[in-house]
Amino acid sequence: MNIVVCIKQVPDTKGGVKFNPDGTLDRAAMLAIMNPDDKAGLEAALRIKDATGAKVTVVTMGLPKADDMLREALAMGADEAVLITDRRLGGADTWATSSTIAAGLRNLDYDLIITGRQAIDGDTAQVGPQIAEHLGLPVISYAEDIKVEGDSVIVQRQYEDRYHEIKAKMPCLITALSELNEPRYMTPGGVFDAFDKEVTVWGRDDLKDLDDANIGLAGSPTKIAKASDKVRKGAGEKVALDPQESVNYIVSKLKEKHVI
Amino acid sequence: MSLEEYKGVAIFAQQVDNKLSSIAFELIGKAHELAKDLGTDVTAVVLGSGIANLADELSEYGADKVVVIDDPVLETYRTEPYAQALAAYINEYKPEIMLVGATAIGRDLGPTVSARVATGLTADCTSLEIGDFPLQAVAGKEQKHNQLLMTRPAFGGNTIATIACPDNRPQMATVRPGVMQKLDKQPGRKAEVINFNPEIKENNKFVEILNVVKNVASTVDIMDAKILVSGGRGVGSPENFKILDDLAEVLGGTVSCSRAVVDSGWKPKDLQVGQTGKTVRPNVYFAIGISGAIQHTAGMEESDIIIAINKDDTAPIFDVADYGIVGDLNKIVPALTEALKAELANK
Repeated sequence: MNIVVCIKQVPDTKGGVKFNPDGTLDRAAMLAIMNPDDKAGLEAALRIKDATGAKVTVVTMGLPKADDMLREALAMGADEAVLITDRRLGGADTWATSSTIAAGLRNLDYDLIITGRQAIDGDTAQVGPQIAEHLGLPVISYAEDIKVEGDSVIVQRQYEDRYHEIKAKMPCLITALSELNEPRYMTPGGVFDAFDKEVTVWGRDDLKDLDDANIGLAGSPTKIAKASDKVRKGAGEKVALDPQESVNYIVSKLKEKHVI
Repeated sequence: MSLEEYKGVAIFAQQVDNKLSSIAFELIGKAHELAKDLGTDVTAVVLGSGIANLADELSEYGADKVVVIDDPVLETYRTEPYAQALAAYINEYKPEIMLVGATAIGRDLGPTVSARVATGLTADCTSLEIGDFPLQAVAGKEQKHNQLLMTRPAFGGNTIATIACPDNRPQMATVRPGVMQKLDKQPGRKAEVINFNPEIKENNKFVEILNVVKNVASTVDIMDAKILVSGGRGVGSPENFKILDDLAEVLGGTVSCSRAVVDSGWKPKDLQVGQTGKTVRPNVYFAIGISGAIQHTAGMEESDIIIAINKDDTAPIFDVADYGIVGDLNKIVPALTEALKAELANK
């Protein structure tokens, strides 16, 4: 069984968000990490590998420095890694990204494709379902649990107030929630091995069945009109009082605002 | 594609268990403003099985037309039959704008359909308006008018991007629930109802639903609550949420929580406020023992009044709180409940 996991390198927005004095995001001060939902997807694939001996391949599209993240995935236990990188692919929206990654996946054997639900930088949750659409596969988003049974997968698919237990025939694509599992650490031996392994690098010319009209900035239907830093709600009053005075303070404010 | 063929503003009216979701009405409210600017009308598209009766409710909340796609195969949400039906609607009726709620259903259906009809999709929008693209005229470049300008947070809520889809139709957006305003219900208002049969065909993408498991539902949806008493890791234990329950009860409010609380198994997921939970904007939001990570504040900073109680005076929650109290929640909250009881008894 062949499992392909699509992973993305993202700036760490959780906890490590840093701002410049002018209020813009200080990306240089933020770590680049493997997107958390993708890491959970990788862990799910590795657990299937542990149980069934499946082969796990990780694929990313990004800058050459995403090689670091692929090595991390190899050190966790992935068997092979593919980096899709080419200047012509830059500036892509989700349509162009999913078209490009789908073209890369056509070069690989897969029974199961796992992506994260969403990346913490773009927050769109679109690329997984769109890859499935380009490849003509069934998609199951928001997976909280994944089991392989014969030629099918059984997935617990989360909604706001319920979950569906869904059975799909492979090949299919699943998008994983970070709640799915606790990803394993790299092993020291795994780290050594990971740096000896070859990462396959593909450029534009290695991608088949991909129209130039569907790649990069030019191939993106959506265009950014404006990007700005969020105008944050200003801090109000902050007081440190003893408990009874605090209570009086809150009650007086609730009265002032006609809440009570 | 000929862009001129595409007319009107359409919304996907999500229903679950044959009950319309609140987001359907919120989308109609927003679609009305957009349609007014474009001089066009609003179509609500509802998919399901045995749902003909839902058209009236969509009419009363402001839809000018209701397209009903009623098929037993649409009884429970599944990506493929829903995507076939919505894509067929788009290909047949050619809406200029297609809005979908950014729910667990909409965030699956939206990208699938946008890829199928080969158009752009902007995710989780918090503001939509009609305007020019590019925003300012640039010499030598055509400035297109009457474009949908879709504004959304990215980077965990740290930045705001405004996005257009100038060369493809429909212009698709998923819209964050709880952000747009519903119109007032007008009893008896009638829309034109169109029954549409897209002849959904089973294929390799159909999945089988083995089981539907509903979570133990909280009685009140936190998105509808006027007063939220929200607790974080600082509350200390699931038992200690009792003091928040008591405060909520005396104010007629509802208890909600941060992700840390859900991850610890103290409260169910449907009470979670924040980026991966729900967006709320109550009249009053008590943030009790919540540090205020950006993922949390993204879901509550539009609340009218935010009152934060936290013992750490450097907690980022104080950056968004209208009234911040540095102190021990275990001493303040029970005393506040008693004081409010006394206040309200004297009224």
